[in-house]
Amino acid sequence: MKTKKKGVLLRLLKTIHSFYPVLLPVAIACITLTAIVGAIPTIFMQRVIANITTALENGTPWSEASGPILTDLYILIAMYVISIITGTIYYQLMAIITQGSLEKLRDKMFNGMQKLPIKFFDTTGHGDIMSYYTNDIDTLRQLISQTCPQILISGITILSVFIIMIYYCLWLTLVVLAGAAVMLIVTKRIGFGSARYFVKQQQVIGEEEGYIEEMLTGQKVIKTFCHEEEAEAGFDAVNDRLYDASRRANRYANMLAPALFNIGNVLYVVLAVVGGIFLIPELNVINVSISGMALSISVVVPFLNMAKQFTGNINQVSQQVNSVVMGLAGTARVFDLIDRPPEVDEGYVTLVRAREENGEIAECAERTGMWAWKHPHQADGSVTYTKLQGDVRLFDVDFEYEEGKPVLHNITLYAKPGQKVAFVGATGAGKTTITNLLNRFYDIADGKIRYDGININKIKKADLRRSLGMVLQDTNLFTGTVMENIRYGKLDATDEDCIAAAKLAGADDFITRLPDGYNTFITGNGANLSQGQRQLLSIARAAVADPPVMILDEATSSIDTRTEAIVQRGMDALMKGRTVFVIAHRLSTVKNSDVIIVLDHGRIIERGTHEQLLEQKGQYYQLYTGAFELE
Amino acid sequence: MVKEIAGSLREYKRPSIATPILVTFEVLMEVLIPFVIAILVNRIQEGAGLDVILKYGAVLIAMAAASLVFGVCSGAACASASSGLAKNLRKDMFYKIQTYSFQNIDKFNVPSLITRMTTDVTNVQNAYMLLIRIVVRSPLMLIFSFIMAFVMGGSLAWVFVAVVPLLAVGLIIIVVKTIPLFRRAFKKYDKLNNSVQENVKAAREVKSYVREDYEQQKFGAASHDLRMDFKKAERILAFNSPIMQFCLYVVMIVVLSFGSYLIIDSTGLDLGVGELSSMLTYGFMMLNSLMMLSMAFTMITMAGESGRRIVEVLAEESSLKNPEAPVYEIKDGSIDFEDVSFKYSATAERNALSDINLHIKSGETIGIIGGTGSSKSTLVQLISRLYDVTEGCVKVGGVDVREYDMEALRNAVAMVLQKNVLFSGTIAENLRWGNKDATDDEIKEAAHLACADEFIERFPDKYDTYIEQGGANVSGGQKQRLCIARALLKKPKILILDDSTSAVDTHTDAKIRKAMREYIPATTKIIIAQRTASVEDADRIIVMDGGTINDIGTHAELLKRNAIYREVYTSQNKEGHDLED
Repeated sequence: MKTKKKGVLLRLLKTIHSFYPVLLPVAIACITLTAIVGAIPTIFMQRVIANITTALENGTPWSEASGPILTDLYILIAMYVISIITGTIYYQLMAIITQGSLEKLRDKMFNGMQKLPIKFFDTTGHGDIMSYYTNDIDTLRQLISQTCPQILISGITILSVFIIMIYYCLWLTLVVLAGAAVMLIVTKRIGFGSARYFVKQQQVIGEEEGYIEEMLTGQKVIKTFCHEEEAEAGFDAVNDRLYDASRRANRYANMLAPALFNIGNVLYVVLAVVGGIFLIPELNVINVSISGMALSISVVVPFLNMAKQFTGNINQVSQQVNSVVMGLAGTARVFDLIDRPPEVDEGYVTLVRAREENGEIAECAERTGMWAWKHPHQADGSVTYTKLQGDVRLFDVDFEYEEGKPVLHNITLYAKPGQKVAFVGATGAGKTTITNLLNRFYDIADGKIRYDGININKIKKADLRRSLGMVLQDTNLFTGTVMENIRYGKLDATDEDCIAAAKLAGADDFITRLPDGYNTFITGNGANLSQGQRQLLSIARAAVADPPVMILDEATSSIDTRTEAIVQRGMDALMKGRTVFVIAHRLSTVKNSDVIIVLDHGRIIERGTHEQLLEQKGQYYQLYTGAFELE
Repeated sequence: MVKEIAGSLREYKRPSIATPILVTFEVLMEVLIPFVIAILVNRIQEGAGLDVILKYGAVLIAMAAASLVFGVCSGAACASASSGLAKNLRKDMFYKIQTYSFQNIDKFNVPSLITRMTTDVTNVQNAYMLLIRIVVRSPLMLIFSFIMAFVMGGSLAWVFVAVVPLLAVGLIIIVVKTIPLFRRAFKKYDKLNNSVQENVKAAREVKSYVREDYEQQKFGAASHDLRMDFKKAERILAFNSPIMQFCLYVVMIVVLSFGSYLIIDSTGLDLGVGELSSMLTYGFMMLNSLMMLSMAFTMITMAGESGRRIVEVLAEESSLKNPEAPVYEIKDGSIDFEDVSFKYSATAERNALSDINLHIKSGETIGIIGGTGSSKSTLVQLISRLYDVTEGCVKVGGVDVREYDMEALRNAVAMVLQKNVLFSGTIAENLRWGNKDATDDEIKEAAHLACADEFIERFPDKYDTYIEQGGANVSGGQKQRLCIARALLKKPKILILDDSTSAVDTHTDAKIRKAMREYIPATTKIIIAQRTASVEDADRIIVMDGGTINDIGTHAELLKRNAIYREVYTSQNKEGHDLED
């Protein structure tokens, strides 16, 4: 655990160094210089005070005593000027480095995340993912911009003061060290107590969030059942626990500063007393020090001041305990996300624009409306071109999301170009899973899938997906105009293309009735649109992409039967000439398919056309006549 | 805004007041300690014996102990006060939301409410902690330190009077310059996070359209933009420390040079060596407190936005109010719509319902058919007064719904919403929402009527089966049947099923309707359905179209004369009907 944390810090430093190979060392040099220059004035201040004391004892007038005092003051001023300059530089550099590093880390996380397999998004809670970009980055900002420099400065100051202390007197230094040890123990107890409750607080906040989400999502049900009081009682229970954790966490945190400050005061008194004892001439204590000074008032008094500086800095470091613990945890998570292995893509067959020349397919740069698979053969270095047609075949496909829990067994089916294949079956029968395999969101465990005769494992994933259109039940829209959302299907589509696609999908009618038509701004995943309207947009988006193969997964589930009749025309137009895989529970959508496949627990139990299946009087027949409920 | 938030303090007023008082004593001790130290140093300098040192040492330890006690107590009080305020704010928001009408609920979305109740409250909590501690502590520290410096150093203390305003002006300029920058940056930050959220939710779209590069570009641009804003703000903010350093050093030099002159010139009478170092300590304390104050000020200002968002929830008044002399008794299950028009908001251009006149006798079974957007749900939601009519009136049992006690009305009018929700808990617990005192037999009977008993009995834990949040572990059809059973337990006078059997197979659907006809004949039943099969045997069927009643009649009548009804019927029967799951 500890070594791991050290590793994280080191890696963070290395990472920042790779972002700022020059600026970071300069900043660290400035921080070090600031700290050292900040510690040295103590010596000169002590010399000034010593000079004053001697002058007082000898009754020297100002005119005579001023000489050495002023010399020391000039040196002090010089030190201060250096300190301000290095300080200013370091603060500016840290602001630049921090924000720059955060941007780069954010980009690294996001860019890495774009390359992660769909499994990551399916299995990681969305709140958890968001946390990387908010909480973790926030703790990192604190760590880079404040905590680390502060610890460095305090560390150097503590070290310099320590050396200066030995310079004066070893015995008193030992007393100070004993005091510092006490402070560390207290820090550990209070600091970690506080960290423990902060962690608990985070956890209870999570629980409370869960409760609020559940209740507010069902708020209308609560209202219709007059269940408000029960909801409130449940809320109070978790809210009280949150209060308790938060109060304890903050109480510990607030306690640390006064505790350490006053231990410092007690240490001061102890030092004064010990110093007083040492000064008793009868005891004749022999001083051990670098300077070789004998014990005297001019040793004890400056020592008291240094002890203050020493404990003050320990206090400073201790205050950082929380941010170090949280910062390192955040950093570890950020690296964890960056380190996740990206989706593997060993495909080498690519999709290129093509044209037919003398019956041969050749690659070309201009738009021809024709596409071909470019298949380089490793064996002899030759390249063959296969026309993109949309012929999809599955041979004995098995699949499992989790080891030992097979979801699909022996799925064999084919779809010739332009054919429509429908999947019917209960939730969990494996309909959506099959479509997840076609575009390689997940990879099959056994068997083979061929696209235009090519094993899809050989096709570059991006090109494979470009050739497959998807319309899903849960439509996700992006913040932006309606037009931009349709254009998401094909980034270089003109406005006319988009409008034509919307018309095809039957979405044009409602879009033109929106306040700003195609320029209506969509926020919050289209919160102001109905589910049906969102599905229509998503169909338009797929239409503009114009792929040869389409997967429609419950694409029209939220469109009522009357509206669907309108959409159906668009859908039929959209499906014309394409290979289509359709999942629907509405038989009107499924009926005219070339083949209907009935799935049950990952196996194909019936297949055939609508008429054939009705004749069989099997499961499909029962579903069709409504005598059977999908569970 | 401050007033509304302070209103949530209640039982935590006491620690809120105690904190500044304790802080005052804490500061007093902290300021007096250097004073005593100065005397001690002077005594040592004068060659005092151990007894003198011990005496002052004892005084100092006593003061340190007092300072510790005040410090710890103020810290604890502050923790209670701020955590308590946060607790009450969350509670007040949650309770307030419970009073919201449907119209209020529609206004806020759930994620936004959650953020308000968590992140925003935490921001206010932290700001409040700063407010009662740092904002009290810093000025006190400033004043006390100055007084002590004056007591000890006399005229030398004037150097502080010169430096403090200098620092104050510097800090104020920084605060004023950075706050708008930070505000803007935080808004961009929210936007960036929002776009990440969209990206994560739409992961399948991004991948299937191969838009990874496009998304990276979009994110990269926003992320860079954000960095530039934050960098600008933080670089200005970074001048805080150098300005502070500068002022501190000026004080040091002036105090040291004039101080040494004074000491030597007056042979230690006007100023002693001990006082000299204490002056430096006080100088540091004053400047430090100013710095803390400017930091606290920046953070409190930034929490203002959070405060505003919280108050927005607290200030939202329910659009529905219980009448002053409510009627508690609902005579029967008759329903009358008289010239009803309804809009969802005053600014809406179009009426959701217009000119509805409808009379339903108690015990009648009414079916409602119509396309999406024909306002079927809106119509029935007026019956249990989930919304108030814009014009006209709705009567239940012959009395305007606005004259009933809302709870009494809603207990008599049970509604199974289209978007029905089960809550985490056992099946029995979920069903008891309908009637918390229901006996096991009553629960079983309701489940039986809703045809839910057959699958409940098949679960190993039967009625104690745990339902996951949102009913994730039961199928759509099962969920709908449980929701119907839950509503039946209310033994309502009117039962409204808003598309509540869409996922139930036709056979069971018919069984449920039969059970209702036989076991609760006196209850008025309103059934909204997509399938004509679900309403065929209703006494009357209402055909809704574009917010008006298109036709009312029996199945046979409508089939004969109504085009819309016929269209729906044929689409479902000739071409086959739904295979919902």
